Amino acid sequence: MTFDTLKDDLLSGFWAAWPICLGYVPLGLTLGVLGQKAGLSPVEMAVMSLFVFAGSSQFIAVAMIMGNASHMAIIMTTFVVNLRHLLMSSSLSLVLRGKNRVALTIFSHTITDESFVINSEKFKQRSWNLRRAVVVNYTAYASWVISTVTGTYSGRFISENAFGMDYAMTAMFICLLVMQLNGRIHVVTGLISGVIAVGTALYLPGNWYIIIASVLAATLGSIIRTKSIKPEGHHHDE
Amino acid sequence: MMNEYDYMLLILGMCMVTFLPRWLPVFFLSNRQLPTWFEKWLELIPVALLSAILLPSLIITKNPMGINVFSKELLVAVPTFIIAFYSRSLAGTILGGMFLYWLTVSW
Repeated sequence: MTFDTLKDDLLSGFWAAWPICLGYVPLGLTLGVLGQKAGLSPVEMAVMSLFVFAGSSQFIAVAMIMGNASHMAIIMTTFVVNLRHLLMSSSLSLVLRGKNRVALTIFSHTITDESFVINSEKFKQRSWNLRRAVVVNYTAYASWVISTVTGTYSGRFISENAFGMDYAMTAMFICLLVMQLNGRIHVVTGLISGVIAVGTALYLPGNWYIIIASVLAATLGSIIRTKSIKPEGHHHDE
Repeated sequence: MMNEYDYMLLILGMCMVTFLPRWLPVFFLSNRQLPTWFEKWLELIPVALLSAILLPSLIITKNPMGINVFSKELLVAVPTFIIAFYSRSLAGTILGGMFLYWLTVSW
């Protein structure tokens, strides 16, 4: 690997990761503030962000620590909330075939919703590689660790919704969803998943609705795709 | 408040349950040929996950739990979607969405 390719990989990784950081910083600061209220020191916050690195479960964990919940309850909740990463990791394995296992392990520790969608999108281009994906993941990771620790010192640096920051993640998800909508079957699957997710989110506790809706929608989508292939098998819109 | 030892035990447990779901599939599936139907199924997972995370966040309200199809989030999502569709730019969509949301909230 020459210096130039390394530089290229770093730059394209950073460039792809900055929107994630934009969303993570306000969230991370908020979590830090809550952590401090729950009695966590900056070092303890850093340790949690480094070893757990999962936004929503860290919020839940901090709230549970504040409420003196048992270790087991906190760990089980974290497990359920993050089970969806099984699906993301499986999906990424398709484009990471035959890669070095140490590199895969380093990469996998920092898979999140956001880096998963960015990397899935980028891997459709020939130029994208595991090194660039690692740069995306670890740039986002660094911004998360730094902002959560900063939050424990700060009280609050930026006011609520400064510059519409609260919407950064939502806008990012909207754009990534639009980019995923290539072909009728993807639109159908997305619609099915969204409707099931809304329906189940109302009745099921925690994050189960994400896993249930995704699995059901992908299954229904697969069935619909199989059924709609013409008997000759040539030309369906994929 | 718990002591340092207890806290490290908690973090160790949380680390295990977050690391394993991220690591197991990519580590064990990436060096084998998966059945075609499973690959086709996995190929639909990104769009399904995105939609399942996004849509409830736009229309479900907490305290009290319910559906609000006129939420600010959904209102702003419509022009944001249009920006995304025509620009295909992640940065542009994020900045546009943030600006529109900021307008809506601070009006």
